[in-house]
Amino acid sequence: MTPRVTLAIAVRVLTQLRRDHRTLAMLLLVPCLLQALLWWIFWDQPLVFDRIGPALLAIFPFFVMFLVTSITTLRERSGGTLERLFTMPMGRLDFLVGYALAFGAIAAVQAALAAGVAVGLLDLDLRGPDVLLVLVGVVDAVLGTALGLFVSAFARTEFQAVQFLPAIVVPQILLCGLIVPRDRLPRVLERIADVMPLTWAVDAMEHLATTARTGAVWRDLGIVVAFAVAALALGAATLRRRTE
Amino acid sequence: MSPVSAVEIAGLRVVRGGTAVIDGLDLTIGAGVTGLLGPSGCGKSTLLRSIAGVQRVAAGTVTVLGEPAGSAALRDRVGYQTQSSSVYDDLAVLENLRFFARVLGLPPAAAEAALASVDLTGQGGVVVGRLSGGQRSRVGLAVALLGSPALLVLDEPTVGLDPVLRRDLWALFHRVADTGTAVLVSSHVMDEAERCDTLLLMREGRIIADGAPGEIKAAQGVADIESAFLALVEGRGIA
Repeated sequence: MTPRVTLAIAVRVLTQLRRDHRTLAMLLLVPCLLQALLWWIFWDQPLVFDRIGPALLAIFPFFVMFLVTSITTLRERSGGTLERLFTMPMGRLDFLVGYALAFGAIAAVQAALAAGVAVGLLDLDLRGPDVLLVLVGVVDAVLGTALGLFVSAFARTEFQAVQFLPAIVVPQILLCGLIVPRDRLPRVLERIADVMPLTWAVDAMEHLATTARTGAVWRDLGIVVAFAVAALALGAATLRRRTE
Repeated sequence: MSPVSAVEIAGLRVVRGGTAVIDGLDLTIGAGVTGLLGPSGCGKSTLLRSIAGVQRVAAGTVTVLGEPAGSAALRDRVGYQTQSSSVYDDLAVLENLRFFARVLGLPPAAAEAALASVDLTGQGGVVVGRLSGGQRSRVGLAVALLGSPALLVLDEPTVGLDPVLRRDLWALFHRVADTGTAVLVSSHVMDEAERCDTLLLMREGRIIADGAPGEIKAAQGVADIESAFLALVEGRGIA
């Protein structure tokens, strides 16, 4: 891995996003708008919004970055740019970490905006430190990016890549505690939820909402980081300099 | 640098999707502009990818500039362009070049120099997706030219371009070759044969002729390369 190359890739990905105003606007504004929508749906039940709001702060970065990364990486594979980069002094980690850095930076802005709207405008109750909330959002986004990189290896078209969303992301959303609190899930489903990374990101956000103590948040964050590193390793395994 | 051959291939075997696309190929490529000509699907791209070091190889050795193909020492000495231009459509021309220059560890000025060499100086700020096919192909070529590589591997860079542009590009290949870079260009258009210093005719994964265009025509006693190709194919009894 060469810092010069890693950084070049991160800057290039951000430049591509900067040129694509529509995508950038969707990345940053849609999470805020969806938060507002939910607040509206539960306007006469603020307790429900207080329960769901934090979970959403964890779900957005993961969901969006998974989708964006799986499509952009697929484009790199099919457009020949990845192959060209592999004939240059670029390591696999330069590529993976470059993407993670770029989308991590976007996620930081996204998390700060979404949390700002939720807390400032929609009266979501948050007790933990704001910085930690943004940090959970970033790690969560890096997890989405890493998983997106990994699954892009198994899709041949953008159409197929999008299908991984219901297959890999939606089950995690259903089981993470958003719909039914985890301890009220059937036993087997609760166990399955325990080994899904999004569960721990949501758990971290819920702790931030309910208590000022940060011990459990750091533990959850550690688990999400471990998942993200594992997903990056899997992603690295699918990036081959030589292909058939 | 000693005048070693740019590429030396011995016993190359490549298997794709269960069938051997190239089986037991031996080849030496030297200086100047070498054209790799053959019909679509004959294995040209596979051969070029093997030389660029991105093709999984079943057997044999590919040596480029004295090093195994794809080795770390070659990463800034071989310029490679795939069939699909291999540039980012959503970035401006100069943004593409500056990005690849940074990956190669070159100063930003290298990007401007590469742009000038393909006659696109005025187009630096234009997003690649808005360019014509020919201009896009030239951006890809400019990326391959970054840092004056010792070997240039170009997969069908002139396909679908108008005759004036094709002539200009072949002139560029010769200018690049005159600076000491070995240039390897593939094409399935037989009339491009006359523009090469050395010609490799390929069919069904084999090199059926290797020499100057004039020599190949004289050996078959024909007036053009297309006839030479036919004579070679029929002479060898390949259906």
